[in-house]
Amino acid sequence: MNIPGSITTLLIGIGLTVISFWYGQNHGLLPVAASEEAVGIDNLFNLMVTIGTGLFLIVQGTLIYSFFKFRRQPDDDTDGPYVEGNIPLEILWTAIPAVIVLIIAVYSFEVYSRIGGLDPMAHSMAHAPATQQVAYGSGAAIAAPLVPPTDSNPHAAMVMAATDPATAAVRDETIPPAQDAPEMGVTTPRIGATPDNAGQSAAYQINATGLQFAWLFTYPDTGIVAGELHVPVGKEILLNISANDVLHAFWVPEFRLKQDAIPGRQSELRFTPSKIGEYDVICAELCGAYHGVMKTKVIAQTQADFDTWVQEQQVANSPDALKTAIAANPTTPDQFLAPFVQDLGINAAVVEQLHPAHLHASAH
Amino acid sequence: MQSSIDSTSVVNYPAEVAHGSGHHAHPDHRILGVIVFLIAEAMIFLGLFTAYLTFRAVSPVWPPAGTPELELLLPGVNTIILISSSFVIHNADVAVKKNDVKGLQLWFAITAAMGAIFLVGQLYEYFHLEFGLKTNLFASTFYVLTGFHGLHVLFGLVLILGVLWRSRQPNHYSETSHFGVEAAEIYWHFVDVVWIVLFILLYLLK
Amino acid sequence: MTQTVPEQAIVTPAHGGSTESKREWRKYISFSTDHKVIGIQYLVTSFIFYLIGGFLATLVRTELATPASDLVSPDLYNGLFTVHATVMIFLWIVPAATGAFGNYLIPLLIGARDMAFPKLNAVAFWMIPPGGILLMSSFFFGAPGSGWTSYPPLSLVDNQVGEAIWILSVLILGTSSILGGVNFIVTILKMRAPGMGLNQMPLFCWAMLAASCLILVSTPVLAGALILLSFDLIVGTSFFNPTGGGDPIVYQHMFWFYSHPAVYIMILPVFGLISEILPVHSRKPIFGYKAIAYSSFAISFLGLIVWAHHMFTSGTPPWLRMFFMINTMIIAVPTGIKVFSWLATIWGGKLRLNSAMLFAMGFISMFVIGGISGVMVASVPFDIHVHDTYFIVAHLHYVLFGGSVFGLYAGIYHWFPKMSGRMINEKLGKAHFILTLIGFNICFLPMHKLGLEGMNRRIADYDPKFAVLNVVSTIGAYILAVSTFPFIFNVLYSIFKGEKAPSNPWGGLTFEWQTTSPPPHENFAVDPVLLIAPYEYGTEEAKEIIKAGPFLATAAAEG
Repeated sequence: MNIPGSITTLLIGIGLTVISFWYGQNHGLLPVAASEEAVGIDNLFNLMVTIGTGLFLIVQGTLIYSFFKFRRQPDDDTDGPYVEGNIPLEILWTAIPAVIVLIIAVYSFEVYSRIGGLDPMAHSMAHAPATQQVAYGSGAAIAAPLVPPTDSNPHAAMVMAATDPATAAVRDETIPPAQDAPEMGVTTPRIGATPDNAGQSAAYQINATGLQFAWLFTYPDTGIVAGELHVPVGKEILLNISANDVLHAFWVPEFRLKQDAIPGRQSELRFTPSKIGEYDVICAELCGAYHGVMKTKVIAQTQADFDTWVQEQQVANSPDALKTAIAANPTTPDQFLAPFVQDLGINAAVVEQLHPAHLHASAH
Repeated sequence: MQSSIDSTSVVNYPAEVAHGSGHHAHPDHRILGVIVFLIAEAMIFLGLFTAYLTFRAVSPVWPPAGTPELELLLPGVNTIILISSSFVIHNADVAVKKNDVKGLQLWFAITAAMGAIFLVGQLYEYFHLEFGLKTNLFASTFYVLTGFHGLHVLFGLVLILGVLWRSRQPNHYSETSHFGVEAAEIYWHFVDVVWIVLFILLYLLK
Repeated sequence: MTQTVPEQAIVTPAHGGSTESKREWRKYISFSTDHKVIGIQYLVTSFIFYLIGGFLATLVRTELATPASDLVSPDLYNGLFTVHATVMIFLWIVPAATGAFGNYLIPLLIGARDMAFPKLNAVAFWMIPPGGILLMSSFFFGAPGSGWTSYPPLSLVDNQVGEAIWILSVLILGTSSILGGVNFIVTILKMRAPGMGLNQMPLFCWAMLAASCLILVSTPVLAGALILLSFDLIVGTSFFNPTGGGDPIVYQHMFWFYSHPAVYIMILPVFGLISEILPVHSRKPIFGYKAIAYSSFAISFLGLIVWAHHMFTSGTPPWLRMFFMINTMIIAVPTGIKVFSWLATIWGGKLRLNSAMLFAMGFISMFVIGGISGVMVASVPFDIHVHDTYFIVAHLHYVLFGGSVFGLYAGIYHWFPKMSGRMINEKLGKAHFILTLIGFNICFLPMHKLGLEGMNRRIADYDPKFAVLNVVSTIGAYILAVSTFPFIFNVLYSIFKGEKAPSNPWGGLTFEWQTTSPPPHENFAVDPVLLIAPYEYGTEEAKEIIKAGPFLATAAAEG
């Protein structure tokens, strides 16, 4: 075997390490990180890129070196050296990858726990609203008095996304809301509270409902229904996600968070936006022919801007304001959607629900 | 891993081997084939059972409210018939290994009759149940699981009748050649074991 | 489809007379029970479906050349990628890797005259063409548009006729695969030549044994899922339909219980091919035979307990996500053992850099990229970001194209002289390799960035900010499409005009190289006995055996 001298090996090793670390920090592959959760995930990705680059260079380097160094000479008909194996070497290249994946696994576990994936309250929190909901009934009007949150029952005001009265008009009433089974733990998928926020309720609870091919956001505290998601930065948001027809998935690349929306079930996503800006909300689970256009915006804004928006919406939400806005704005999402309406089975009620969104757009 | 031949042995090799071998009969691996195939069959049932258990586990109430109680008497008798038939069919295997084709025919005929009674019993149960295929999730899984198993019983019955038909030719089955008998027997035991699990899951597990 | 007929004549024996060879080609469209005929039937059929699947992919990439949905209707677009994936998996890689190479090589490698159940083998093959044609016919009824995963509830409401055809077709192809798996297991366990213990088997046999076990254990569960799905679709039950109280997540579990192992069904046989090809062309024994052999089984066992890593965002309890994440990452260890052992096999050898070897080395190079991104997507927090994005599309193509397809091409070049009795043109082969390598990387490398930046998969209509990289990717896809032409021409030309192949053109030690090219009916004139372990290159005994020529085919006549 043609083993390079120890100095060459050392230099190659140093070079590999330097390149790997440099690329791990400077790959520029990810968009801006706009949530507190994104930071941990990005660091994890950087680590994996670093390790991956090193491995990539070792394997490709060996292949290319062998390609030139060990090519058969035209007149050489003999065989190569008879080497059947090398136990220490084999143990080494079993152990090193094992240690590497162990490190990545432990780090992933840590990051997952930090973004709230292992929230110990998961079960009880998911379960509470299901029981609570019985009191409201799915047909309740949006103006139904909401029980104010109290310390003893922080989730009393929560309205299940799957039974949210605000989206009743577009809901397929034949889909029964799923309930937790007595013997199973939490079956509702979720990213819960981060360890710091565990046990507290989120600052804002918003229901997100996916339907072919739009997102509807409702703010149960204020009765706002919107086609775009407005959130204040620095505050913890709890999104209750559900779907009204087929599977969808709520994804904001800048937040690095994604959660499937499942008809009849509620899944939850708790996160804290950290950067002001407008980002895309994308449906990431194939939901039909127009899956690609199922998109909207999330607007992360300052608390003051958010409060102003809430006030505007509460005024605008009155039916009269809606009609005025339609008359004043001929180019609205409605018209954009109009050609699809017949194809997609979006009925007037759905479009109606989207009004607050374009109202907002016209206000700016 | 080193082999110790030299150049002369390579030259000699063909003569040595050709001497003893040539085109001898293809060895019979069909029984192993049947067993390996039944592993695949078992996995379909295992998949369906697991699906059933999952539906059960994730439902707040199981069976869903309003599902009528299942009658246990008829399926219980049916179960006893099917399990006993496994012992009956084994006698046929013993018989054929003693070259007793009459015994083989007798035991296979009894097994076939027991299988037929089981199927008729199951059809009777279907017609007298208070729920239909689409009533609720429990009803759907009940019909699909028992129906899929019933199809297997039917197939096993066809195998048994096929063996009976062929056993009319003299010397078709003997102590040395009885693949069909063994395959039918193994298949029948398999169908039996599946039923036991099915019966426990659907009827006994509350 | 124009090349169908000539390709089916692929192994018209070089030594046959003209009238004989005219009748000879007919056996390739008949119910032949000869494993070599069946292997070639599988290879040609699956390659035709590969061209069809490639054509669908080209349409998909053409649609994606512009951000707007402008080439085909959005509905047809969904049909295109659904059928593309189904064809590539169920009609190209699985039948080519297990059916074609498994059937052609296993009896030759273990010194048997045929498979254990030749008739069953023919039945398994003849389920493929009807299954494939059935799938294609779905385009006339509205192609299934819910992806090859067919997640309910979408699959229950979208193009229901197409969906029903899809289910039936996959059930047929799955049954074919199971029957093939039964045959491989029995053949490998029971029909090895005297002297060949499990630890003297060529590594392809180990890989096929591991893959067949996976087929046997996992494919039936897919059948179970599809039976329940078809009840929901056709009868109107609600196993997976939330409307009647069913649970769509249960379908996902059952589907991935098959479809994750399916990845290993597609890659393990190719690992086996690579382990055969590298030592022959490096003129060195395989490095670490036992590690490579046993790691196949480690991969196949671990492959059965990682399925829910496809469902990290859809509904698995947190602790279960951790369980599946760790299992998935551990698979990197046996896979790494194989990659490093291959590199060590090449290291210090005397590399014969022909088309087969180039594709085999290209396989290692490309597969490693897919492996690295595979460990990344196993990590739950990172997968939450990239799940269902183009990052996944890039990852899976590096594994299944950079891995499986490169390996299959390596196998075709390596055994072409054995199958056809003619040498293949090396210049065209190298052109094919270079075009494939370049086209593949231009097409799929940019997708990593697209996915990370926020482009989700399965969309006809995307944000204009992704336009540049998509154009690059589409150009790569065209190069990839063009790269198949030198290959097709090369094969057709070489079958008829290629130089006659000697029995052992590469100096291989496994049994197939000790018989004629192509091997006679029943492969050997004598029953082979293992004289030398399969990878003893560099020994005197190996030289003697290679020098002895096709003695397993001619010995009886001379003796």
